[in-house]
Amino acid sequence: MARALINVPSKAKRGEIIEIKALVSHPMETGYRTGPDGGLVPRDIISRFLCTYNGEEIFSADLFPAIAANPFLSFTTVATESGRIAFRWIDDKGQAHLETAEIVVE
Amino acid sequence: IVARPARATPESMASAIKAFVGEAEVQTGKVALDIPPLVENGNSVPLTVTVESPMTQQDFVRTIAIFNEKNPQPNVAVFHLGPRAGRAVVSTRIRLGDSQNIVAIARLSDGTFWSDSAELIVTLPACVES
Repeated sequence: MARALINVPSKAKRGEIIEIKALVSHPMETGYRTGPDGGLVPRDIISRFLCTYNGEEIFSADLFPAIAANPFLSFTTVATESGRIAFRWIDDKGQAHLETAEIVVE
Repeated sequence: IVARPARATPESMASAIKAFVGEAEVQTGKVALDIPPLVENGNSVPLTVTVESPMTQQDFVRTIAIFNEKNPQPNVAVFHLGPRAGRAVVSTRIRLGDSQNIVAIARLSDGTFWSDSAELIVTLPACVES
């Protein structure tokens, strides 16, 4: 897939609610647009996004063509323990892009 | 001649909502859908949904779904949350093919559904033929 930008605080207090932002570069081609040759540009959509915190799912989303190109998502989680927050974007063809971020909880 | 794709209609949005809520009653309240009332560019419209919920193990928001009336498809996104979210706030950016009504519906852990809607005007819609 492509480049992703994720924003997770590197440090947090135990029990603090942190905001997570994730953006991935992707055309999110709807399949409804006509190309230069007059034909429809084939659909290419990230249809699923998952976020896990030390392996446990904390947020996920089902995305449709109405999501803008370079899909951006922001959500919150409670900082429970130090570890790894993992992000997975899955497109229509089943291809996944993975990113991770480390967080230290004190 | 370009064949324009079929559009979602208020009726198809209603059936998409029905598929999400089933027979349950949707009440107005608890949900706040924050979206600009007038947007110049329908290709990327910021949207934030906030649900009033303590987000505890006993009482939390399970799912938030966004629907539209006039894009080719009535569904926009479905977000799955849990008590670990701490707060029920989700933001994203969406595409809008026309001025229309947007609906956000939250399903709480007790099985109730709550909604909010927003009417907005788009001066340059997404998906226009270039």
